[in-house]
Amino acid sequence: MQLDDLNAIAEKEKAAAKKVCLRTCMSAGCMSSQADVINKNLDAEVKARGLEGEVEVRRVGCMGFCGQGPLVGVDHDDGRHELFEFVKPEDAPAIVNSLKGGPCDVQRGDPQHPFFAKQVKIVRANGGIIDPESIEDYIAAGGYQALHQVLTEMKPAEVIEEITKSGLRGRGGAGYPTGLKWGTVAKSPGGKKYVVCNGDEGDPGAFMDRSVLESDPHLVLEGMAIAAYAVGADQGFLYVRAEYPLAISRLQIAIKQAKQLGLLGGGIFETPFIFNVDIRIGAGAFVCGEETALMASVEGKRGTPRPRPPFPAESGLWGCPTLINNVETFANIAPIIGRGADWYASFGTEKSKGTKVFALTGKITNNGLIEVPMGIPLRQIVEEMGGGAPDGRKIKSVQTGGPSGGCIPADFLDTPVDYESLTKLGSIMGSGGMVVMDDTTNMVEIARFYMEFCMDESCGKCIPCRAGTVQMHHLLEKIAQRKATLRDLIKLEELCDMVKNTSLCGLGQTAPNPVLSTLKFFRKEYEDLLQPDQFGPPGNGQPNPQSAPK
Amino acid sequence: MAAKTLTIDGKQISAEEGATILQAATEAGIAIPTLCHLEGVYDVGACRLCIVEVAGIPKLLPACTTRVVEGMDIKTDSERLRKYRRMILELLFAERNHVCAVCVSNGNCELQSLAYSNGMDHVRYEYNFPKWGVDTTHGLFGMDHNRCVLCGRCVRACWHIEGAGTKNVAGRGGKSRIITDLNMPWGEADSCTSCGKCVQSCPTGALFHKGSTVGEMERDRGKLEFIVTAREKKQWVAAD
Repeated sequence: MQLDDLNAIAEKEKAAAKKVCLRTCMSAGCMSSQADVINKNLDAEVKARGLEGEVEVRRVGCMGFCGQGPLVGVDHDDGRHELFEFVKPEDAPAIVNSLKGGPCDVQRGDPQHPFFAKQVKIVRANGGIIDPESIEDYIAAGGYQALHQVLTEMKPAEVIEEITKSGLRGRGGAGYPTGLKWGTVAKSPGGKKYVVCNGDEGDPGAFMDRSVLESDPHLVLEGMAIAAYAVGADQGFLYVRAEYPLAISRLQIAIKQAKQLGLLGGGIFETPFIFNVDIRIGAGAFVCGEETALMASVEGKRGTPRPRPPFPAESGLWGCPTLINNVETFANIAPIIGRGADWYASFGTEKSKGTKVFALTGKITNNGLIEVPMGIPLRQIVEEMGGGAPDGRKIKSVQTGGPSGGCIPADFLDTPVDYESLTKLGSIMGSGGMVVMDDTTNMVEIARFYMEFCMDESCGKCIPCRAGTVQMHHLLEKIAQRKATLRDLIKLEELCDMVKNTSLCGLGQTAPNPVLSTLKFFRKEYEDLLQPDQFGPPGNGQPNPQSAPK
Repeated sequence: MAAKTLTIDGKQISAEEGATILQAATEAGIAIPTLCHLEGVYDVGACRLCIVEVAGIPKLLPACTTRVVEGMDIKTDSERLRKYRRMILELLFAERNHVCAVCVSNGNCELQSLAYSNGMDHVRYEYNFPKWGVDTTHGLFGMDHNRCVLCGRCVRACWHIEGAGTKNVAGRGGKSRIITDLNMPWGEADSCTSCGKCVQSCPTGALFHKGSTVGEMERDRGKLEFIVTAREKKQWVAAD
C-alpha cells in the first residue's frame, strides 16, 4: 500500500457515490429500535421502485440525536439534508416516496436546530456519514492520510511535538497533557513498548466512547498507530468492555480490513514500521477503567489497581513502558496531524483546547451525543442545545464526570465547560457524561445512587474504598429514610474526607465527590431529612440545629 | 548503591537506595502500623494503615510501597494519620464478624493488637453482620471468612513462596472473599500442597490449624522469611 493506492481507493469510492443517499443510523441505540429492519426495508423499497441507480442506502454510525431515534438522514442531489426521527420499519415506503416529492408524514427533524448547529465536529466528523464497516468509506473521507504523513514525512519526536502544540489533554477524565504523556513513554528506556486504548467506559449515563467505536473504528485505530509510531511501540491493545458487542464486532471488522490493506501489521505504507492491534474484552468491572487495573486485566490477572509510581509510562504491561489513552483522545490524533496543531488549538480555551464529546442525558428535552468546543457555557449546552428540562420544569443541577464527578447547581450554568472551571466547582470534566436533573430531583437520592454504584464497583482491594463506601451508603440510606441525626451527617462527612484521602486508586479517591458536591450546594436537603438527636447536641460543643429554637 | 538521607518524624536517618519508607523507618526503630505487609512477599499497599505524610506531596503515601528519595521529610504519626488509622480499623471491625472472645487467635491477632495500639476503643459504624461461612473441608486447616480482613497475604504467600497458587480473591467490593482453586471447598483443591504457609501468614484467625482452641493460634512468620531469604539470597539464616 502506498499513497497512490490509498488515493485510488478514495477516488473509486467517490466516483461510485450516487446522487441521493439514505443514511440509517446503525448504532446500538437505534439498532435496539429495529434500525436494521428499517434499513432493509428502505433498500427493498428503493430496489422495488428501480431507483438503485440514483439512490444509495447506507448503514452509518451515530448521528447524535439518540433520544429521537431511530434516525434516517437524507442527502438530496441539490445539497439539501433532511432528518427523519422516530422512524418505524413501515415508514420506508413513505420516506422513499418523499425523495420524489411525495407525501410523507414521518416526523422530520430540523438540521438547523441548535443541537446540531452549535456543534463542532472533529472526533465525530464521520459519525452518521460513513459506513463504519467499510474501510473504503473511511479512506474516501480522508482516512489513513495522517498515518501516511506521519510515517513518511515526520520523525517520532516531531509527531509528539505536534500533539504537544495542539494542547490536547487526555479525554478519559483527568485531562493530563497528551503530548507530555507521549513524550514520557517515548523517552522511557526499553525495547518493547505498548499502546493501550482504554475503552472501558462505565460511568452511568455515558456512551461517548461506545459511539465513537461503533461509528468510526478506523479513526481510533489510526490514532493508535500514530501514537505507536511516536512512542516506539509495535503492539497495541484495545480494551473494550463486553457490554459493547457492536463496538467489538465493528473493531474486529476494522482491524481485519486494515490488515488486508496493509494499514496494520508489518511494513505499513512500505516503511519499516510494524503495528499490530489486539482486542481485549473486559468483563465489565468499572475499576478496570483505572489504568493500572486495566493493565492487570490485559495481562490476564484480576483487575485491581496498584499503587503508582511506577506509572505505566515507565513500567506498564509486563513491566514495559506503556502508553494508555482514552478512545476519544486517540480519535483526536488523526485530525490534529491532518489539519495541524494550530488549527486544533484554535478551538477551546487557553488551557483546554479542542472539542469534547458529551453524552447529554437525564431530564432534558434533546438527549444524545454532542461535540462542542471547550469553554462553551454550560447554559448553552443545557438550555439551547438540550432544549431545557421537559414538561416546562426548571433545571436544578447538572452532574458531570460520573461517579468521580459532582453536581453543578443551576446557579452556575454560565460556567464555561473546561477542565479548570469544572474542578473549581467540585466537579470534573470526566470522560463526558452529563446528566441533567430537574427540580423534582432529590439530591440525597442522587448521592445515594452514585454511592451505591461505587460500593458495588469497588474492587475490594483497599479498605477505605471497600468498607468506607459501604458505610457511606448505609448513612445516605439512613438519611434518605429520615432515620438519621446530625451525628450521622458528621460521620458521613468524616468518612468522605477519609476515603478521599486514603484510598489506593482514583475510584476510591473520587467516590465521595457526588456526596461532597451535593452537600456543598444542597446541604439543606440533607438537613431537612434529619431527626432530632435523643442524646442532645453532638460533640465539640456545637449546638444541634434541630433542637435550637426556631 | 548510594545511601539516601531523609527525615522521619524529625529524626535524621539514612537508608539504602531503593528501600521503602517502611524499611527505612523499621531500621531506624520507628514503628509504622501495617496489616497487609508481610516480610517475604511483595507489597500491595492495600490496607492503607501505613500511609504517611511527605512534605511537599499533597497525597498521603503508603510507606510499604513508596521508595525513599534523598531529602524526604516524612511524618508517620500526625493527628490526622492517627484519626484515619483508627477509622480504617473501625471499618474493618464493622465489616465482618470479628468476635475476639471466641476466636482461635485471641491474643495472637494483628487486627486486635492494631486496635489496641492505635487507640481504637469502640466502633462508631454500623456492624454489617454478614453471613459468611466457615470452610473446614481441609484435613489440617480451616478458613473462617467472618474473620478475614482481605489483606491478601495468604494469596501472595501461596503464589510467591509456595508457588502453588491455590488461594485467590473472588467477587468485588464488600463481597470479595478468599477462594481456593476455582471456588471449591478447600479439601477438594487439587493444587493445595497442605504446606500451611497461608495459615502462617494470616494476621487474624481467618486461617487456622484445626484442633486449636480459643486463644491458641500462634504463628511463626520467621519461617516464611527464612524460605524467601534462602531462596533469593542463598542465605540459610532464620530471621529472628
